[in-house]
Amino acid sequence: MKHSLTSRLAILSDAAKYDASCSSSGAGKRDSAATKGLGSTSNGICHAYTPDGRCISLLKILLTNFCIYDCAYCINRSSSNVQRARFTADEVVWLTLEFYRRNYIEGLFLSSGIIRSSDDTMGQMVRVARELRLTHGFRGYIHLKTIPNASPALLAEAGLYADRLSINVEMPTESGLAAYAPQKHASEIRHSMGEMRTHIDAGKEKTLSGKKAPRFAPGGQSTQMIVGADAASDRDILGSSSSLYTGYRLRRVYYSAFSPIPDASSLLPVKAPPLLREHRLYQADWLFRFYGFQFAEITADRPDGMLDLELDPKLAWALANRALFPVDLNRASREMLLRVPGLGVRSVTAILAARRHRHLRLEDLAKLNVSLRKVKPFLYTTGWSPTRLADRQDLRALFVPPPQQLSLL
Amino acid sequence: MTMLYRIRLPDHASFEDWRPLARQCFLAGLHPHEVEWCTTSEDATLFDLATTLPPAQTGRISPVLRNTCLALLKSMLRHASKDRFALAYRILCRAQQEPALASITVDPDIAQALRMDHQVRRDAHKMKAFVRFRECGADTENTRRNFLAWFEPDHYILSTVASFFTKRFADMDWVILTPKGSIAWNGERCALSHKPCEKASVDDQIDALWQTYYVSIFNPARIKTKAMRSEMPRKYWKNLPETQLIPQMLADAEKRVAEMAAQQPKAPPKFHTSLQKRSHNDTPPQTG
Repeated sequence: MKHSLTSRLAILSDAAKYDASCSSSGAGKRDSAATKGLGSTSNGICHAYTPDGRCISLLKILLTNFCIYDCAYCINRSSSNVQRARFTADEVVWLTLEFYRRNYIEGLFLSSGIIRSSDDTMGQMVRVARELRLTHGFRGYIHLKTIPNASPALLAEAGLYADRLSINVEMPTESGLAAYAPQKHASEIRHSMGEMRTHIDAGKEKTLSGKKAPRFAPGGQSTQMIVGADAASDRDILGSSSSLYTGYRLRRVYYSAFSPIPDASSLLPVKAPPLLREHRLYQADWLFRFYGFQFAEITADRPDGMLDLELDPKLAWALANRALFPVDLNRASREMLLRVPGLGVRSVTAILAARRHRHLRLEDLAKLNVSLRKVKPFLYTTGWSPTRLADRQDLRALFVPPPQQLSLL
Repeated sequence: MTMLYRIRLPDHASFEDWRPLARQCFLAGLHPHEVEWCTTSEDATLFDLATTLPPAQTGRISPVLRNTCLALLKSMLRHASKDRFALAYRILCRAQQEPALASITVDPDIAQALRMDHQVRRDAHKMKAFVRFRECGADTENTRRNFLAWFEPDHYILSTVASFFTKRFADMDWVILTPKGSIAWNGERCALSHKPCEKASVDDQIDALWQTYYVSIFNPARIKTKAMRSEMPRKYWKNLPETQLIPQMLADAEKRVAEMAAQQPKAPPKFHTSLQKRSHNDTPPQTG
């Protein structure tokens, strides 16, 4: 049965929506001024938002949702009865360019089910990227999901055209992956990531003669883990992120709350996606990437290894480490200010700039759109010193949201 | 009693328009409270004020600003607020005594200017995101394709976003119309105008494909409309081709999720069974 382009677009974007990545940044500056081409890079523009709260930055589609793998969590696993379809490389190129011209998107995020062999699938994807770049002079963003075990030559060519490459680790632990994706192997995925890291690092260096190395995915690599399908704790998940960020220098790790899918495998839990848990994991991720926290610190005080769902991880950490507070608003280091609940990176920068010229009082923070209620217990300055935190047993109660009556339905 | 002066500027007046007048006021020794800044569309206050500025005071030196302050004034003067010129003049005068003024983020004037600067930059960012080009037929003499867009910015940002669009959509001809002016590009020249435009709409059949994509990429099991609205406020919805579908998507979401929960496991499709058989006969399974 041959589907129309519209219905194939519906099938193949429906199949791609469980991939959380949408970033279109990190590609470096590039535009089509004074060229015959189309497109430019930006520092990440989201062109639309859907009611699930996610943004649309890239045309995120699968080349095909036929797949020879049978990964339990995946809507496209071979044992699923979802409708199957495939695009030709030319159709993906056409859709990308037409969508781009109307300013719907920043570029393309192409992924695929695995058909025939890894090399065959990867070859098709590389062909899309090559035609966009070479035939059509496309200078927008391209993110390719690489296929495990594809040949090094194809990987090198993918890196030449793509801004970012990614490969999903899928499950936070090796045992989780073995249970849900019997045909995928954690060691192979890590090996591919290691290889990509080597290529990406090499792409940034100059050779001895000063010549530039061939381009290789300047936007780096990213990955995704599914949260809530297996029994892994937040400590396991963040431990895994830690090794991915430091060991493989990933740009981003995405956490995707396990979401019910049509025709789901009986192995999977039937429940609403743990959206709050996903949110807390992203907050912890942010603390690591922008606030100087180590992942181990964030979960150190949690007995079951799970993040507090009621309080954000920074506040939970501060309450568990009360001896370090309050800090002097006018003298505390940048590192310490970043650890004060209620202060973000932007407000800390503004405080540092202002206090070089003026002594700051608590009221001044209100002008920086800082919530005084939240920061008050953790800061002191002229005219304000909080009651000793250690004396307040009920401090947590001050921050926990009030209990809500459950809905009857 | 001190003499008061009124200065009228066009609604779209920018830093470049304001600068020579502010300089003249400063050299004449006028205090911020002695100048009333207003725009041409604004009603004048009850009193008739002098519109000819007094001559420069002898020996008064030209005002000087640090780069950070200059950049802040340039940006905040793109804001649509009618108070922007008065605030900018106050900052200009104060900065002569307090050279580091622009860095004092907690100062009320600077906090206000920074808030305006932030709103201007957000408006520009949203314009880059939410402009939608629609194709309006190929020009027969011209091989380049022709597009039209309508957008309603809150502030006077056309000059800051123009280069983004010309560098990105270099190989097509396009016009962006707005109530605050227009930007047009023909591959060689970018024409900016401050003349307000009427809303124009063109039908583009690709919008239907985009709507298909928008509906399909939405996950009905996660509803977070607050997150959506904070990044895509309702004021933008009327000009976006996809947002009219949101009510229906939300109405169907619950039913779709309930169906997923209720479904019984089905027998796998035929090709799965044959794949399984094959992988038992020869490993590895990657070569199917």
